Amino acid sequence: MRLFFFLREALRALRRNAAPSLAAVATVLITTLVLGVFIPVVRAATAKTNEVRNKIELEVFINDDASRAEVAELGNMIRDIRHVESTDFISKAEALRILKQRLGEKSSITEDLPGNPLPASYRIKLDDPQNADVVKSSLAPVGSNGEARPISPAIQEVKDREDDTEKILSATSTIKILLASLAGLLVLASVLLVANTIRLSIFARRREVEVMRLVGATNWFIRWPFVIEGLLVGFLGGAVAVALLWLVKVTVIDEWSDRFALIAAPETISFTLLVIVLLGAATAVSAVGSGITLRRFLRV
Amino acid sequence: MAAIDETLDPRGAVLHDPTRSPAVELRDVTVVYPGGNVGLDGASAIIGRGEFAFLVGQTGCGKSTFIKLLLREMDPSRGKVLVAGRDITQLPRKKIPKLRRNIGVVFQDYKLLPNRTIYDNVAYTLKVIGASRSEIKSKVPEILRLVGLSTKLNSYPDELSGGEQQRVSLARAFVNHPPLLLADEPTGNLDPETSIGIMQLLYRMNRTGTTVIVATHDNEMVDRMRRRVIELHQGRVVRDEAAGMYTGRGL
Repeated sequence: MRLFFFLREALRALRRNAAPSLAAVATVLITTLVLGVFIPVVRAATAKTNEVRNKIELEVFINDDASRAEVAELGNMIRDIRHVESTDFISKAEALRILKQRLGEKSSITEDLPGNPLPASYRIKLDDPQNADVVKSSLAPVGSNGEARPISPAIQEVKDREDDTEKILSATSTIKILLASLAGLLVLASVLLVANTIRLSIFARRREVEVMRLVGATNWFIRWPFVIEGLLVGFLGGAVAVALLWLVKVTVIDEWSDRFALIAAPETISFTLLVIVLLGAATAVSAVGSGITLRRFLRV
Repeated sequence: MAAIDETLDPRGAVLHDPTRSPAVELRDVTVVYPGGNVGLDGASAIIGRGEFAFLVGQTGCGKSTFIKLLLREMDPSRGKVLVAGRDITQLPRKKIPKLRRNIGVVFQDYKLLPNRTIYDNVAYTLKVIGASRSEIKSKVPEILRLVGLSTKLNSYPDELSGGEQQRVSLARAFVNHPPLLLADEPTGNLDPETSIGIMQLLYRMNRTGTTVIVATHDNEMVDRMRRRVIELHQGRVVRDEAAGMYTGRGL
């Protein structure tokens, strides 16, 4: 009966305080939407980056004039280096096939090439991408004159994918920072607007609060309706946002996921977990907002 | 005239009727407001259980401060405030609601909730103190009948006259039969005839055993009722008569 009393009082306050309540609900809604887009995007971007980083860390290109024995010996030498997990030999013919595959429809342009310009290579997988530099310097130690000296005459060049990964990393980190600061600002705005709603509600009901105090209501009896009001604002905003996200997921993302690799990234957060996180965040935001106001304006 | 007019020792307040135990006692209480204004200045008074007492004096003499102290709406700078024999200035904050549940209060401006019906206004008090639904259902109509408003249960406060609103406020204060009833200028906004009705109600409530303290500057009312009068002047008790008039002899 108590809970119903508090709920009724909170709903009554929301109705009477419709305009500021609506503003607070809308802000929580937008915040939750941004968080709802932000979390999966960051998760997917991080997953994609790791995927790229883990793919091939090092590629050793082989001179065209290296003999078979030299190439085989180089393979053994690479396998003996610490931190090397495995290595694959890509012949010149294979390299061309891979290129054709990548070019897809435009593969015909390779037919104009005089012969096969692509070098054969060893692709090295590492136990940890962090060790790329160590392995690289074992393959081509830097001599006293400051020039890299390959361990085998068969080596034409040792290349790592650092350049590519760096680009992806910096791009995703920029996106992360932008989205995070946007989300941070929105969270702040939500907290303040919920706080303001509760403040207005306390102001609108100061007579009630006064009467409650005079007839001997306990502090928590006075506070609960306001706390519930704040939580309702948060929950409403969160629930509408989740509903919108679900709509977008069903109509857009599920439809297109087979066309865009990023959306379909398997490491993206599951929708159920996302919903729980978002509703939790929305409620927490409003709890903080109303908490601030209750502390400041309802010293009972 | 059976007035007992003491030469007032500021420390020694007198319990007028020795057969009664004290319901309320102020012992040498001084209240200084943050701005430096003095609310009470060494005031002492004892009011026995079941007594009906008027607090009189000019605006700013300390009547409202007296009432607020009893509700523990403020703490005295010095002195003790006893309600039912307990020093409430030492009461922990958590126990204040319990103190207030045993005190009914009525104000000059009624303090009714404008967006609730008369019935709900009175029921609200009971809800706040956690009364059961059946208790509310039986007590609210009963008390509204006592104050003569049983036909206006579903009206809103602004549909009632001032006197009727004050009756609602009285009903709200008295619905759980508190042992102490405080009224701060209950007839301040009412015409003399309506005021008599309110005073009669207060008197009837007093007859059920409730101690009633009325702060007022309604001299006609005080003279008519012939009850105990405690006069305050600049925060001091300057007169305390068992069946006094608004204006003391020689003043």
